[in-house]
Amino acid sequence: MAVTFSKWKTPIKEQDPEVRRSNFKEVCLGYSIEEGMKEAARCLQCKTKPCVAGCPVAIDIPSFIKCIREGDMAGAAEVMNKYTNLPAVCGRVCPQETQCEERCTVGKMPGFEPVAIGKLERLVADWKYTQEKTASEKAQAASKGRVAVVGSGPSGLTVAGDLAKKGYEVTIFEALHAAGGVLIYGIPEFRLPKSIVKMEIDAMQDLGVKIECNAVVGKNITMQEIMEEFDACYIAVGAGAPHFQGVPGTTLNGVYSASEYLTRINLMHGYEFPGYDTPTKKSKKVVVIGGGNVAMDSARSAKRLGADEVTIVYRRSLKELPARIEEYHHAVEEGIVFNWLTNPTEYVNNGEGQLCGVKCIRMELGEPDASGRRRPVPVEGSEFFIEADCAIEAIGQGSNKVLLSTFPEMKLNKWGYIEADPKTGATSVPGVYAGGDIVTGAATVILAMGAGKDAAEAIDKYITENKSK
Amino acid sequence: MFKIVSKQKIAPKEFDIWVEAERIAKHAKAGQFVVLRVDDQGERIPLTIADYDKEKGLIRLIFQVVGKTTAAMSCLNVGDSIKDISGPLGTPSEVEKFGTVLMVGGGVGIAALYPIIKELKLAGNKVITILGGRTSDLVIMKEECAKYSDELIITTDDGSEGMKGVVTEAMKMVVERGEKIDRCWCIGPSIMMKFGTKAAAQLGLPITVSLNPLMLDGTGMCGCCRVTVDNKIFFACVDGPEFDGHKVNWDEFMSRLRQYKDEEKISMDKFEAEVGEPSWQ
Repeated sequence: MAVTFSKWKTPIKEQDPEVRRSNFKEVCLGYSIEEGMKEAARCLQCKTKPCVAGCPVAIDIPSFIKCIREGDMAGAAEVMNKYTNLPAVCGRVCPQETQCEERCTVGKMPGFEPVAIGKLERLVADWKYTQEKTASEKAQAASKGRVAVVGSGPSGLTVAGDLAKKGYEVTIFEALHAAGGVLIYGIPEFRLPKSIVKMEIDAMQDLGVKIECNAVVGKNITMQEIMEEFDACYIAVGAGAPHFQGVPGTTLNGVYSASEYLTRINLMHGYEFPGYDTPTKKSKKVVVIGGGNVAMDSARSAKRLGADEVTIVYRRSLKELPARIEEYHHAVEEGIVFNWLTNPTEYVNNGEGQLCGVKCIRMELGEPDASGRRRPVPVEGSEFFIEADCAIEAIGQGSNKVLLSTFPEMKLNKWGYIEADPKTGATSVPGVYAGGDIVTGAATVILAMGAGKDAAEAIDKYITENKSK
Repeated sequence: MFKIVSKQKIAPKEFDIWVEAERIAKHAKAGQFVVLRVDDQGERIPLTIADYDKEKGLIRLIFQVVGKTTAAMSCLNVGDSIKDISGPLGTPSEVEKFGTVLMVGGGVGIAALYPIIKELKLAGNKVITILGGRTSDLVIMKEECAKYSDELIITTDDGSEGMKGVVTEAMKMVVERGEKIDRCWCIGPSIMMKFGTKAAAQLGLPITVSLNPLMLDGTGMCGCCRVTVDNKIFFACVDGPEFDGHKVNWDEFMSRLRQYKDEEKISMDKFEAEVGEPSWQ
């Protein structure tokens, strides 16, 4: 086959690492329409569309790319709108390398990079938000029924958007003062600008979705009240309770969960203190524990707050790193130091209740564990000390008991997550559906959206059948 | 938006407001708190629900001006609104008929103690209440606490009202006169709760305290409010705020409260530079 296009993805502009490490502005600047058209031309328009099978919400990828290639941005937006309510978010934060782009035929050719599907999705979404709203995107009055959604993260937003498009009256209950879940308090501005999240959420409100903030279900509204008032309910409260390793010194000043550190910075604008009231420490030497995206986000945020040295401590090696490879590269470019095969054993007190360093131990990889990854084992006598005035634990989150402890009818699994049908999201309580991290444990934005999409179908079917009885 | 329907200054730097918050009023129980944010640039701070009117959909908040946010709140008047209020949060107080209960309060902690006093009295307990402060005008809610107490003892450091001295001396006095105490609550500044707990240990009393650590979300999502109780980590916002005083690691708790001392000062200085000398307080 004669190949007439570049082996490489069309390059995308990024802020210079030297500049961006001291600001919270978005790192990746996105394609221009011309660059997008050039990248779109790399798509082979395969009849088999393997990329679509890699997308949890099954966006018709070749179709929207074909529109871009022809310069028809409105057409591309229309295709995308059928499948996703959060394209600007997903184009930015999905791990495309293990989803759509992993299956791309171009990427399978030796020496070729796959089509930059995520960046193209982002281009279309960003373009759409510069356009006037069309009549079809405005609120419709029709109501096929009322649905309550608990939690306004990616999963809840997807259910809400899909059901609104199907003609349901949807109310989202959100415990915090702002909607978006992890998109607003977790993922930093430099990866996902909050103005983008706000635009996607505003678009959903234009569809008629109501969002009630400061509504802590289980506390100021009970599940009982929700079930009396609504025809169905979708629970998408995420996995937001932080784990601590529990090594000595965990309660010292200067030791944070990544959830706290990132919530202060992102949701509360701690990086703009004292313009905003929430204080955030400007630490000099920071140690971040963990190897996921949350660890990368914490480390890169600490750097932007002015830390001289930021070290990531991870108990396995680069090969097992769960973070997106793009984020790892960004972190390295910004000067984050990685300490592989290392685990903390103690947070050390400076004598006044403040952290002054982290005692660590080297690890080696033993036999594979249940997850198939080689289990890290401490190397005796390899302890060493890293000086630090701040330590951030990013070792994962679990299910939050605030709602579930007040709803004993709901069946949970042994990890405290909701037991739900993997195809429909149906739970042990009729009419109550669940999806996202509260079912799967901490996973990705797009998986949470996929669960929301399936549940929206199932809820539509449930209400329609119930009403015809 | 949560509208303020009444406002009163009840002591130097202490204010008493009632706010429209129907859902919170409907579900509130003694021992619970809210997390609020005054405006769009605001921080989230925890405040105890001092009282509630389920019929009118109102909650009562009593606060002391200690920094920027509470100073900004003291500038709000009737008709103004607080941007966000989330609650009722935390685990409610354990209220049942215990027999005789000893209720000890100080400072704005009295506002947290009051709804527990009220519910314990309505549950049929004999209630003995001790309220303390530096001077008479700093001991708030005296009449209301008296209404639901079988006995009210006031202590002041300067002797301007009631017993001269601190609350722990009154606790001792009550036990020494032969009163059999089945339960005891102590809510106030951390130093008072620490010494209240020490006194209770000497007197052989069980004691419940209401911890007021720094909080962010208030729903168990971040661990900012973690405390060590019985050598285990708990999140005060969901597991508390009430704990067995005898098991609290007080030194650690008080050290964590001071975490943002420097930043709190920067914030307050900035506020004073913009708003002026806070003479209204």
